[in-house]
Amino acid sequence: MLLRILTSFCGLSFALLGAHSAAQEPAITAPKNVTAGTPFAISVVGQGKGTLYLFGPTQAIKREIEFGKDTPIAGSEASSAGIYQITVCAADCVTKVVEVQPAAPARLGFLLHPSRVPVSTPNAVNGTAIAFDQYNNIVITPSEITFRIAASGEKISEKTVRTVRGVAAFQMDSRPNQGTLEVTASLATASEPRVIQQVASEACGLRMTAAPSGATITLQTDPIRDCKGNPLPDGTIVSFIKVDGAGKSTVDTPIKKDRAIAQFSVSGPARISVACGVVLGNEITWGGR
Amino acid sequence: MKRGLAVFVILATAVLLAAGWLHAGGLKIRAERSGSTPEEAVRALMASIQARDWDQAYSRLDHTSDVPKADFVREIAGSDGSLRTYSTLQSFDIWPVHASADQAVLRVRLNWSSAVGSLAEVRDLQVVRNGDVWNVVWPKPNFAKIPLHVLPVNYLRWDVVGRRSDEWGTAAVDSPRVRILSMNAVERPDRVVIVGEVENEDTVPAYLNITAALLKPDGSVLAQQDSFDVISHSLLPKQVSPYRIDFPSARLSQVKSVRIDAHPLLVPASADPVISVENQSVSKDALGRTILKGALVNQSGQIVNIAQVLAVFYDAGGKAIWVSDGYVDQALYPQGPVPFAVDIPTDIAERMHDYHVVVNHYTAPSA
Repeated sequence: MLLRILTSFCGLSFALLGAHSAAQEPAITAPKNVTAGTPFAISVVGQGKGTLYLFGPTQAIKREIEFGKDTPIAGSEASSAGIYQITVCAADCVTKVVEVQPAAPARLGFLLHPSRVPVSTPNAVNGTAIAFDQYNNIVITPSEITFRIAASGEKISEKTVRTVRGVAAFQMDSRPNQGTLEVTASLATASEPRVIQQVASEACGLRMTAAPSGATITLQTDPIRDCKGNPLPDGTIVSFIKVDGAGKSTVDTPIKKDRAIAQFSVSGPARISVACGVVLGNEITWGGR
Repeated sequence: MKRGLAVFVILATAVLLAAGWLHAGGLKIRAERSGSTPEEAVRALMASIQARDWDQAYSRLDHTSDVPKADFVREIAGSDGSLRTYSTLQSFDIWPVHASADQAVLRVRLNWSSAVGSLAEVRDLQVVRNGDVWNVVWPKPNFAKIPLHVLPVNYLRWDVVGRRSDEWGTAAVDSPRVRILSMNAVERPDRVVIVGEVENEDTVPAYLNITAALLKPDGSVLAQQDSFDVISHSLLPKQVSPYRIDFPSARLSQVKSVRIDAHPLLVPASADPVISVENQSVSKDALGRTILKGALVNQSGQIVNIAQVLAVFYDAGGKAIWVSDGYVDQALYPQGPVPFAVDIPTDIAERMHDYHVVVNHYTAPSA
């Protein structure tokens, strides 16, 4: 930050100096546009020696030069895209501006969000890709990024999005079936794969049955699935609630192999209910009339 | 003259020693060490428990009830890393309930100082006369006796592996998705309390904390607090926990709005142990307070060292109106019921229509 402020301040000072002297001798010869990482030459008409200053977005260079000769600037000295200011000082200073443009796309930054998404959720998956050249400059020239979408159990599809100021983004619904969703962003030779998980949504049609086992009753749910038929993952908590003469009893038990099982002892008629998160299941009246 | 001075010095020393003894509670200690009245017998027992002098305490019991010393010590001092093992008896209060020539009943309120704060326990103790001495009849502890058997435990466990990268766009795992299901600001005589429920909507476990800020009419923050220990911090997928956030000394009239945030973290967790809450009922305790009581049953095979009960109370409209919490000072042994009780404020008990209890637990890592 400090470097940038210093660079801007110096740049402004030299620009003013340059403006003052430019009227007398417009002497610097340099290309108007350069591609990042490409070497170029600066020459100053005249005789004698002077000092060359090159102020770029991320660095500043000072070099003693001889007028009338080409001064080479290496590609590595102009690898950051942006406006570079060339100032040459002898008795007076002269200034010229060179624009360094991003090179060809070589790398993609790709963010696919979220890492877990419930199935069949509208616009739940969003991807953002940014095209970079090999020097990490954002490539602002419009280009087309292809997103290859491969959901488990489905045909592969593709979506092409044109970058706007280097950024291409898309949104899509999550698929109805749980499993992985792999999206690969590609541009020229660069490609970046990302994988997210599509997980079961809320339980749907939660139902349990009760069976006597000695002095207790065993409660077992049917396989617990969401409304698209995806089984809820093992470890999901299911709450059983029993109310009878002895009071209220509750147990939070995890799903194992698609089902949740609980046991209660019963004192007289009992009312038993089941819930998974905010989803309520059926209610059983045990031993009542 | 010299002799008179010596006598004076000796007398003055004796007076000072006596004053020091009285000041240090000598009379009280003497009374506590004797058992010539029912109250003295109970006081003496409590003093021995306070001093963790188990031999002395056990010697003050009436031994007709045949309480093994090991059971008595286990009940009082705790075992297996239970909360009682981290507690000391800070103070006690004794009230007579009933007395006759040969027996009496006294009510004792024991104030334990523990690792999670102070805990109060109320007991009715029967005292019987044995000659000139009164002894406390200690009820036989009812520890669950579980026959030796093998209990297969195959609950799921989640681990978090790999390293998080801070580079933009690299593959990462999001924090668990949680949802605050309800939030209600309640005014109490000395504070404002935020109560409600939160659900882990995700398919992975979450470690959760909730913060709330009371905002003044001009939008500035009046007070900010978090749920501290009145929440089940570890929530498994689709698990719901009540929470309570206390703002001491605040008044609702000072508050324009409440800002509440949930902070979930992705953590390793296990679905074990499963603890059922059985025979819950609302009743009055010995002091006439309304309590919710029941029993915790550890359905897994590992000892749960410390358990905490969180109870959320709803009004007729299903709105959460209060959250009570209480620690259980006994360890939960597999399959054995352990009683619990939590207070319900009187005004809440009158409006309460339903309740839900969840159990928070701590289990020491096994060797």
